[in-house]
Amino acid sequence: MLKQAIENLGNRTLEGVWRIGYATRFFVLILLHSGTAFRRFGLTIREIYFSGVLSLIIILVSGLFVGMVLGLQGYETLQTFGSEEALGILVALSLVRELGPVVAALLFASRAGSAITAEIGLMKATEQLSAMEMMAVDPIARVVAPRFWAGVISMPLLAALFSAMGIFGGYLVGVQLIGVDEGLFWSQMRSSVDFEQDILNGVIKSVVFGIAITAIALYEGYDAPPTAEGVSGATTRTVVASSLAVLALDFVLTAFMFRGLN
Amino acid sequence: MNKTVLDLWVGLFVIAGIAALLFLALKVGSMSTVNSTDSYEVVARFENIGGLKARAPVKSAGVVVGRVTDIRFDNETYEAAVTLRIDKRYAFPKDTSATIMTSGLLGEQYIGLEAGGDSQKLKDKDRILITQDAVVLENLIGQFLYGKAQEGAPQ
Repeated sequence: MLKQAIENLGNRTLEGVWRIGYATRFFVLILLHSGTAFRRFGLTIREIYFSGVLSLIIILVSGLFVGMVLGLQGYETLQTFGSEEALGILVALSLVRELGPVVAALLFASRAGSAITAEIGLMKATEQLSAMEMMAVDPIARVVAPRFWAGVISMPLLAALFSAMGIFGGYLVGVQLIGVDEGLFWSQMRSSVDFEQDILNGVIKSVVFGIAITAIALYEGYDAPPTAEGVSGATTRTVVASSLAVLALDFVLTAFMFRGLN
Repeated sequence: MNKTVLDLWVGLFVIAGIAALLFLALKVGSMSTVNSTDSYEVVARFENIGGLKARAPVKSAGVVVGRVTDIRFDNETYEAAVTLRIDKRYAFPKDTSATIMTSGLLGEQYIGLEAGGDSQKLKDKDRILITQDAVVLENLIGQFLYGKAQEGAPQ
C-alpha cells in the first residue's frame, strides 16, 4: 500500500520532469528551425492572418468595452475626491500597463491558442505530420515554426490595438458622455504616462505573453494523443495553462518593471 | 483564400497595430525622460522635501522645464539632495531659487524654479543655493494653533 503510493509519487515526478524536458527541447527545436519561417515568409503571413487578423474583432470590441467600463467606474470613484480630470490617467495607465497586454493575451489564448492546438493535434491525429516526415519535410520547420512567429508578431500588435481602443472607449464615456473636460483628459494623461516606463514595458509584456501562449499551444497540439478525446483535452489544457502562465508571468514582470518606480 | 487578399489583410493588420502603437506613443504618452545629451543636472538641497518623488516635474512659471531624477539623503548635513535634470534649451541664472510646491490642495508635489538676477548661468553639476522646503500641513496647523493660544493668553 505504502510502496504503491511512493511508486505513484515517483512515477509522477519522473513524468513531470520528462514533460518539462520534452517541452524545453521542443521550444529549442522551434527556435532552431525558425529559418524557414523567415525564408518562406508567406507561410508566416498566412498564420498571422489566422491568429492575428481573425482575432481583431474580438480584441477591438473587448478593448472598447473595457475602456468604457473603466471610464464609468473610474469617474464614479474619482468624483468622490473631486478629481474627475484624472480619469484620463486612470484609464490610460491601467490599460497600457496591465489590462491591454493581459486581457488581450487571455483573449488571444482562447481565440488563437486553442485553434493552433486543435489544428496541430488534428494534423497529428490524421497523420499529416508523419506524411510530411515521409516526404522529408520537417513538420517543425514547415508547420510549427511559422505559427510560433506569427503569434509572437501578432500579440504586441493586438495588445497595442486593445489599449488604443480602450483609451478611445474611456474617452467616449468620460468626455463625450459624462462631460469631463477634453483638454484636461488628454493633457493629464500625457503628463503622467511615460513612453519608456509605461508603454514600452507594456509592449515587452505582450511580446513575452505572445511567446508563452504560442509555445504552450504548439506544444500541447504536438504532444496531443492522436484521438478525438486527446485533441479536445489538449485544447482545454492550452487555454487553462496559457491563461495561468499569462497571469503568473504578468505578476513577475510587473514586480520587476514597476518596483521602486515611486 | 487568395494569396493577395491574405497579404492585404495582414498588411492592414500590421499597419493598424503600428498606428495604435504610434497613437499610444505620441498622443497618450510623452517622452518625459529627458536624455543626457540635451540637458544639464543641478543639485538642490532641502531640509524637508515632503512628498516629493523621483520623476516629479520641475516647473518654472508653470511650464515644465525638467524632471527630478534622483533624491538622496545626505548623512553629513542631514539634508535631502535632490538632483534636477533641466532641458538645455532653458538656462537659469546662478541665483535661481528652488521651491517645493504642491499642485492643488492634494495634488502631486513639484519643484518650482524662480529665476534670480545674476548674469552668470547655471551649469552642469552646479548647486542651487536658495531653496525653500515643502510646506508640511501638520507644522502649519501646529504653528496656527500655537499662535492662537498665544493670542488668547492673558498679557
